[in-house]
Amino acid sequence: MSGTVTTSRTAARLDELAAVGRPALVGYLPVGFPDVPRSIEAVSMMVDAGVDVVEVGVPYTDPVMDGPVIQRAAEAALAGGARVRDVLAVVEAVADRSGGKIPALVMSYYNPVLRYGVEAFARDLAAAGGAGMITPDLIPDEAQEWSAAADEHALDKVYLVAPSSTPDRLRLTAQASRGFVYAASTMGVTGAREAVGQRAEELVAHTRAAGARHVCVGLGVSTGAQAAEVGRFADGVIVGSALVRTLLTDDPWADRLDALGRVTGELAAGVARARTTGGDS
Amino acid sequence: MPEQPEQPVRDALTETLAHQVAEKLADVQGPYFGQFGGRYVPEALIAALDELETEFRKAQGDPAFAAELSRLHRDYTGRPSPVTEVPRFAAHIADADGDGTAPVRVFLKREDLNHTGSHKINNVLGQALLVKRMGKTRVIAETGAGQHGVATATAAALLGLECVVYMGEEDTRRQALNVARMELLGATVVPVSVGTRTLKDAINEALRDWVTNVDHTHYLLGTVTGPHPFPEMVREFHRIIGEEAREQVMERVGRLPDAVMACVGGGSNALGLFNAFLDDAEVSLYGFEAGGEGIESGRHAARFSGGAPGVLHGARSYLLQDDDGQTRPSHSVSAGLDYPSVGPAHSWLHDIGRATYEPVTDSEAMEAFRLLCRTEGIIPAIESAHALAGALRLGRRMVDEGRTDQVFLINLSGRGDKDVATAARWFGLLDEDTTEGDR
Repeated sequence: MSGTVTTSRTAARLDELAAVGRPALVGYLPVGFPDVPRSIEAVSMMVDAGVDVVEVGVPYTDPVMDGPVIQRAAEAALAGGARVRDVLAVVEAVADRSGGKIPALVMSYYNPVLRYGVEAFARDLAAAGGAGMITPDLIPDEAQEWSAAADEHALDKVYLVAPSSTPDRLRLTAQASRGFVYAASTMGVTGAREAVGQRAEELVAHTRAAGARHVCVGLGVSTGAQAAEVGRFADGVIVGSALVRTLLTDDPWADRLDALGRVTGELAAGVARARTTGGDS
Repeated sequence: MPEQPEQPVRDALTETLAHQVAEKLADVQGPYFGQFGGRYVPEALIAALDELETEFRKAQGDPAFAAELSRLHRDYTGRPSPVTEVPRFAAHIADADGDGTAPVRVFLKREDLNHTGSHKINNVLGQALLVKRMGKTRVIAETGAGQHGVATATAAALLGLECVVYMGEEDTRRQALNVARMELLGATVVPVSVGTRTLKDAINEALRDWVTNVDHTHYLLGTVTGPHPFPEMVREFHRIIGEEAREQVMERVGRLPDAVMACVGGGSNALGLFNAFLDDAEVSLYGFEAGGEGIESGRHAARFSGGAPGVLHGARSYLLQDDDGQTRPSHSVSAGLDYPSVGPAHSWLHDIGRATYEPVTDSEAMEAFRLLCRTEGIIPAIESAHALAGALRLGRRMVDEGRTDQVFLINLSGRGDKDVATAARWFGLLDEDTTEGDR
């Protein structure tokens, strides 16, 4: 048992940004899509275009929290031979590209990590310069092994809360999390939505009341306007499908990278103005 | 206050019962069966799982629920299902001396005679009654061969619930008649065209629907897998199989069977039968999983021979997976056994050595399928034929070891009407054109 870990690179980053009056843009891309080298190029583009925190997805055969866009990318990545260990190369690339300024979190369903070895994965993730892990299908109740390994290697543990979470669950999850709590804006899977419900704002308020110091909101955000709206009340705005979608076209790779850069830039501009004029115009 | 003096007595009684319960393998409660089980699901589903568990525990203690369920078992399903002795089939285990007396007596528990044609209806009716109690109006289900989908559509029609069934696109083609059956019963069948397009992906899609619509929707999971409380709850709804069969065999032969066997996909028919014998040390338990084209071929669904513990669809259990923890596709001639994981209680029974699990290949199962048709006039589901093949193998092993006077009890979990096209193709009874027309 190591001592209590009190520092979090991700939380520190969120605090830095809060000090300059804005929330974070958290951008997700899966490793290995369309292949490992190009997924590194894509993550680098996202970094250059203004994300503040990077989420690197481990492609998985059975992604029950993901909608069609991320499913398709994961399927293609697996068909292309992406391995779990490739996520470490992407994490390293983020650290290199940003001079260690941008925290890289891994987002993985539990079984790939379990198979890798939970302790071994934590050790290797920390060695690669990773900040921690987001676990969409691992709740704190089942996470003793991961929690111990994360503490041992000073990694963030990002658990999810949902609009259906009871006050007890919010307290439990807020206590177990380090870095931030991931608030699912709506009941459902990942993917762009017309509107990010009012439930998201209430959920953030309730999660803070339950003891969370940082709460980022994901699911459904795809435009700068939505990012500005969510950024008004959240510490960070998490975007996945809207970014992945730019890479899922048949266009030449350079054009897809440009599109990714444009969308990232639009979202970054959205979070930048989130708290300036009382929100979005 | 007439109740007060009774209180200490009742507490003492409850404590004693709780103590006995904890001692019995048959009554182990979730979320864990040894190191297996749990709730590896998105937080968004936890509130619904908690609600379901609470409602289930309340129903367990409510005589009105038990009465309603047993009325449906009797008047709607046709329970108790009979036990049939099959001597002409048993004679094929060993006919060494050719005197027509088999060294093994074989009894079949006839779940194939239930309404909708399999054991699935037991669980479906139980859960559907819970849905009514929870005030939910919509049920979703996954189905492979279509048996669970048909049973769910049936219960939804009976109880006036909206019903959506997710089915792999591949399976909707292989089982077009069952798609039509579900639609006749008023259900909507959604073909799933992602991933391997089979049962595993139908479950993924059902879970995605559930996360989205959980406030008014119940996921009517069809087997003893998934997050707690499903493995325990589905076992409870199927335990009637073993309880009836135990009594029926006792009545027939005056003692317990020597070996009890069943096919194991997710494992609900097996657990339902095994459960009544778990605490009888003298009864051996055998689960037969799909060996497909053989373990060495890599094309099988033998989780215990070719898998390792992992997490899929909410539970920790044995699982077909690669070195990266990616789910490996399963294969079986029988869609109902074609699933890469298995109920956590089976993983536990395997690890503590209480039950033995062996693979049965496609061809062994099909031979046993034909044998039962021809010797007994019973067309079994191909799933159940795996248990029949296992019994033949086990019986021959026992005869070789010189053990006689054995009594076998096999769960005939379903009937083979749905499998006639597959079997006809297998045995070359149809020319290819006709076969294609069937698909």
